[in-house]
Amino acid sequence: MPQFTYREAIRHALAEELARDKNVVVMGEEVAQFNGAYKVTEGLLAKFGPSRVVDTPISEAGFIGMGIGASMLGVRPVMELMFWSFYSVAFDQILNNAANVRYMSGGQINCPIVIRGPANGGTNVGATHSHTPENVLANHPGVKVVVPSTAYDAKGLLKSAIRDNDPVFFLENTMLYGEKGEIPEAEYLIPLGKADVKREGTDLTIVTYGRCVLHSLAAAAILEKEHDVSVEVVDLRSIRPLDIDTVLKSVAKTHRVLIVEEQKPFASVGSQLAYMIQREAFDELDGPIHRLATIDAPAIYSPPVETEQLPNPQRVLKAALAAVA
Amino acid sequence: MSKKPTATAEKKSAPTAPAHDPALAAINARLSRDEKIELHRKMVRIRRFEERSLRAYQAKKIGGFLHLYIGQEAVAVGCCSLMGKHDHVITAYRDHGHAMAVGMDTKPLMAELYGKATGCSKGKGGSMHYFDPTRNYWGGHGIVGGQIPLGVGLAYGVKYQGNKGAAMAFMGDGAVNQGAVHEAYNLASLWQLPVIFVIENNGYSMGTSQERSSAGALAKRAEGYDMAWGVCDGHDVYEVRATMDHFLRLAREESKPAVVEIRTYRYRGHSVADPDNTYRSKQEIEEYRRTKDPIQVFQNRLVAERVLDEALIEKIDTEARAEADAAADFSEASPYPTPDDIQKDVYWEADNPSERKSEGRLFFD
Repeated sequence: MPQFTYREAIRHALAEELARDKNVVVMGEEVAQFNGAYKVTEGLLAKFGPSRVVDTPISEAGFIGMGIGASMLGVRPVMELMFWSFYSVAFDQILNNAANVRYMSGGQINCPIVIRGPANGGTNVGATHSHTPENVLANHPGVKVVVPSTAYDAKGLLKSAIRDNDPVFFLENTMLYGEKGEIPEAEYLIPLGKADVKREGTDLTIVTYGRCVLHSLAAAAILEKEHDVSVEVVDLRSIRPLDIDTVLKSVAKTHRVLIVEEQKPFASVGSQLAYMIQREAFDELDGPIHRLATIDAPAIYSPPVETEQLPNPQRVLKAALAAVA
Repeated sequence: MSKKPTATAEKKSAPTAPAHDPALAAINARLSRDEKIELHRKMVRIRRFEERSLRAYQAKKIGGFLHLYIGQEAVAVGCCSLMGKHDHVITAYRDHGHAMAVGMDTKPLMAELYGKATGCSKGKGGSMHYFDPTRNYWGGHGIVGGQIPLGVGLAYGVKYQGNKGAAMAFMGDGAVNQGAVHEAYNLASLWQLPVIFVIENNGYSMGTSQERSSAGALAKRAEGYDMAWGVCDGHDVYEVRATMDHFLRLAREESKPAVVEIRTYRYRGHSVADPDNTYRSKQEIEEYRRTKDPIQVFQNRLVAERVLDEALIEKIDTEARAEADAAADFSEASPYPTPDDIQKDVYWEADNPSERKSEGRLFFD
């Protein structure tokens, strides 16, 4: 099977959907002529032309709001945020307008928009550019939130997101753009809201998503080899809708849980997961639910220390050993 | 107050520059007797609806906020009377007048205020969130200026889909200082999108006068974005129509955006919770009522034109009052939504389960 990077997988999903549906428009800062700040959209302008691949000014509230308005008329804008961190300057558009317009209109208006871009730390760009807002976004009923960890998942999930009639927020990761994975030549879709067991195991369930899936898999290999601990890694892939059933099934198998997330701990996605697991699988648990998150402070700049602030394989390993102790 | 529309340099290239007497402008000169009566009737119906809703609010039938449109009727009625098939409207929270101007029925509008299931948004939106996409009416938005980028998006959609149409994005004078409005101006001009930004300047952003909140002339800010702009008297429905027709044609035919400031006045407080005794005088309100009331101004005009007479004026008013009462009775008799309705209309997929493609939980407890 051919290998592609996570970046290429997203690009291919965009190209396939642009070719499939003339209502799809790709918009954002530097997406066209510049070929994308992270080169995700490279070549799309040449292939689809300036009416389908549109450079916007640095004006997130303006162009995201514009995309929402256009989506109400049936256009399917796929908007790139250069960083999801910039969602804060378009917060009203994203979380008042896109999230609420269907509800406030009594179901008369749909908002089939996709907003995508990277949301991660680890690139030494300081606190303003390192936000992971999936918990904030998912707190708003009406929206869908997707965080793919692999090239294969990114492509199949993005294609589903673009065809979805509800607003979908798609959170990528600059640290994953260069990661390669196998991608079939034939078209495929991955439904939103379906978790994926990335590694099977019997002693501990790690519930995770995004780049932390890679950290967890790396730690799981060490745990198997050096500590004789068999870890099952459940990749949520989608935060809302949430496939809690796959999580609960794994908990029923391993009876121990570690949540790994690149979130600040307070009211994180992991907080919600921990609540649901204890509520729905209390009798299956042999110990308290553990969690490894980002160390609770704004993102530090200092490069070697930022690595330690975020989850990493060594921190996951340590947390996993504590969870099975 | 300018009596004459002050269109900018665009005036030269205008298909129909506003006539000196707006009644003589082609868009008004060709109105039939019935069409003129209908303009008057719409303004009267809006006022009676608003007065009836105020009484319902005072009787504690309505929750939350209630921003009344009384005094501004000629703006929405004049603008929306010009709408064609591909023209769209979006506005802020003082949205009842626009809803009626695009043709929404008063029963579901009043029922929405009452929070009833028969409301235009099934009791989920309330006063500030009226919508009717079948009439190209896209709300009804609560956050000052937040709807303006959406209005640009409507214009983008019209242009992208290859239609000849325009979006009218209404805002109050208080909205002009919001960042989102300026971002929207820039995009509209940069991409030559067919949108008219309509500033309904009633002189006060809540309780703060224009002089105390905005530097410089409001519509003139369009010059900084290389956009056409104009100012007109919002008490005269003919002038509103003449001015807006000019800019709407530029938008529809040449895809040119514009900013139009329409000077108007509200007789009631910002919302009914506003005691309205700190920032303006009773004399000021009375002066507007006496000399500039948009319904009275147009009624006088139509009497002079021999379109209206006392009997017809009386009949229209009686019918408008009866319609508002009937809307209130309908609302009173309507059921509330049930707790089971709370989680409907959140996701398209949840409401269309047979077509759902995603899996997993959409709702949490």
